[in-house]
Amino acid sequence: MSSAITIERILALQARYTRCIDNNVLEEWPDLFLDECLYMVTTAENHRNGYRSGIIYADTKNMLVDRVAALRQANVYEKQSYRHILGLPYVTGNDGAEAESETPFLVTRIMHDGQTSIFATGVYLDTYRSAGDALKFSRRVAVCDSSRIDTLLALPL
Amino acid sequence: MNVNVAPGSIPNAPEPSEWPESTLTRVPYWVYQSPEITALEQQRLFEGPVWNFLCLEAEVAKPGDYRTTFVGAMPVVVARDFDDEIYAFENRCAHRGALIALDGGGHARDFTCVYHAWNYDLKGNLKAVAFEDGVNGKGGMGKTFCRADHGPRKLRIALFCGLVFGSLSDDVPPIEEYLGEDVARLIKRVLHKPVVVTGRYTQMLPNNWKLYFENVKDTYHASLLHTFFTTFRINRLSQRGGMVVSPDGGNHASFSFIDTKNSETNYAAMGIRSENEGFALKDPSLLEVVDEFNDGCQMQILTVFPNFVLQQIQNALAVRQVLPTGQTETALNWTTFGFADDTPEMTRLRLRQNNLAGPAGYVSMEDGAVGGFVQRGIAAAAGERAVLEMGGSSTANEGTRATEASVRGFWKRYRGLMGI
Repeated sequence: MSSAITIERILALQARYTRCIDNNVLEEWPDLFLDECLYMVTTAENHRNGYRSGIIYADTKNMLVDRVAALRQANVYEKQSYRHILGLPYVTGNDGAEAESETPFLVTRIMHDGQTSIFATGVYLDTYRSAGDALKFSRRVAVCDSSRIDTLLALPL
Repeated sequence: MNVNVAPGSIPNAPEPSEWPESTLTRVPYWVYQSPEITALEQQRLFEGPVWNFLCLEAEVAKPGDYRTTFVGAMPVVVARDFDDEIYAFENRCAHRGALIALDGGGHARDFTCVYHAWNYDLKGNLKAVAFEDGVNGKGGMGKTFCRADHGPRKLRIALFCGLVFGSLSDDVPPIEEYLGEDVARLIKRVLHKPVVVTGRYTQMLPNNWKLYFENVKDTYHASLLHTFFTTFRINRLSQRGGMVVSPDGGNHASFSFIDTKNSETNYAAMGIRSENEGFALKDPSLLEVVDEFNDGCQMQILTVFPNFVLQQIQNALAVRQVLPTGQTETALNWTTFGFADDTPEMTRLRLRQNNLAGPAGYVSMEDGAVGGFVQRGIAAAAGERAVLEMGGSSTANEGTRATEASVRGFWKRYRGLMGI
């Protein structure tokens, strides 16, 4: 069945996600989410404490579209790019219609002058659903291990 | 050629002891670069007659709750004792100087230094010294040793609207007097009922702390650097606004009101209308504002010298603590909050509007970088100076935000304390 949420489909979505951001095709990034979704960047400490506020918080796909528009048109930040290195998704649940996984990430930030740093590490807490043939995120919470953000968080994690 | 030039022997090198002119409209760049200035700031400013913001009362809500923070470079423990009073003391063991509390906070009945197990109560009093009487009659502390004579430095505490301030000085005025009438009133305006913390994070700024504190006070840059509102044609230029500066210059608040001449206060509708004119938000509900303080003021940014910011951007509420962590590094500690009686709808509104501020904030992310742009720009300009002439040369309250009056106020206060 094409609607089954297989590990292959999960891996393909994860790979496409990092490619969108690292290759600077952010416009495709919102399409990886359902219309009603949650994308959030938070910290391990806030997650542990049950704090709901995110460093980025979007509960509609249109908010992700707006985030990209703002980064392209409004916000001022030095030219930079990320390189995401992902660990393997550990599937924590899969009832056929919805699956959940945890995927570790390491994100380096490369500034225009070549300065490269480990910008963030953490784990993606994901929930997936099928929308037609496509697998999409209904929820992606990027839980950063550290509570520190260096300078600013422009591009999404 | 001898390249080993002794410090101070370079002709025309700036002497970081004198201000260039007796005016508040010039700021010499050495003030952001000099290690001597940093040392002097710790002594005269952070440990001087000021109220440093430490934490929210809500973060030490119950007896035994504690948080660790800093006063300038000084590590500090803030704790609520079982008498329900809040105390703060230097996070430094009286014995060898090790940190007494190692983590960011939690719950404790007392504190024991890990090094030699000296024990302190929640007020910071030294209560027990391990092997004080020795072992089997040998060793132990000398007969003249008195625990009460030893202990970390204690801070005076002032509570105001759920904010916890601390001071090392006996000469600091009472908190309301320190804040000034206008700033005190505008803190009360926001913090008028019990708050609930919704998140905490730290933004590391690549610049001297003063550059950030000036930035928060600088109303001139707001619509120029932060183009989110103007790009999406959410017109802010006609909005009524103003600023107050405390008499000593150190504290300020700037604010803007929903324009009453334009009855349309529905930002969602404004967002849709702007679709034909250019960029528009796909989800303009982000900008729906609830006039929760019943006064039409939709943005208020307030500072208390030397390290506190209270933010109301629409319904996004936060406090920010500005802490120097190095000559050219500053920790900006954000705590977002709502109120205990927020409805689920109001909570969601705040969570969404929190996108406006913070390290990824639509109208604030630039502030994380711009101090670094200055710090890098002035790398070779210790003898040069910044120009602060927008709105004249005074620090007076003004009915406009096209002014640098509150930045000049900062320097008036700073120089008064520093004696430079």
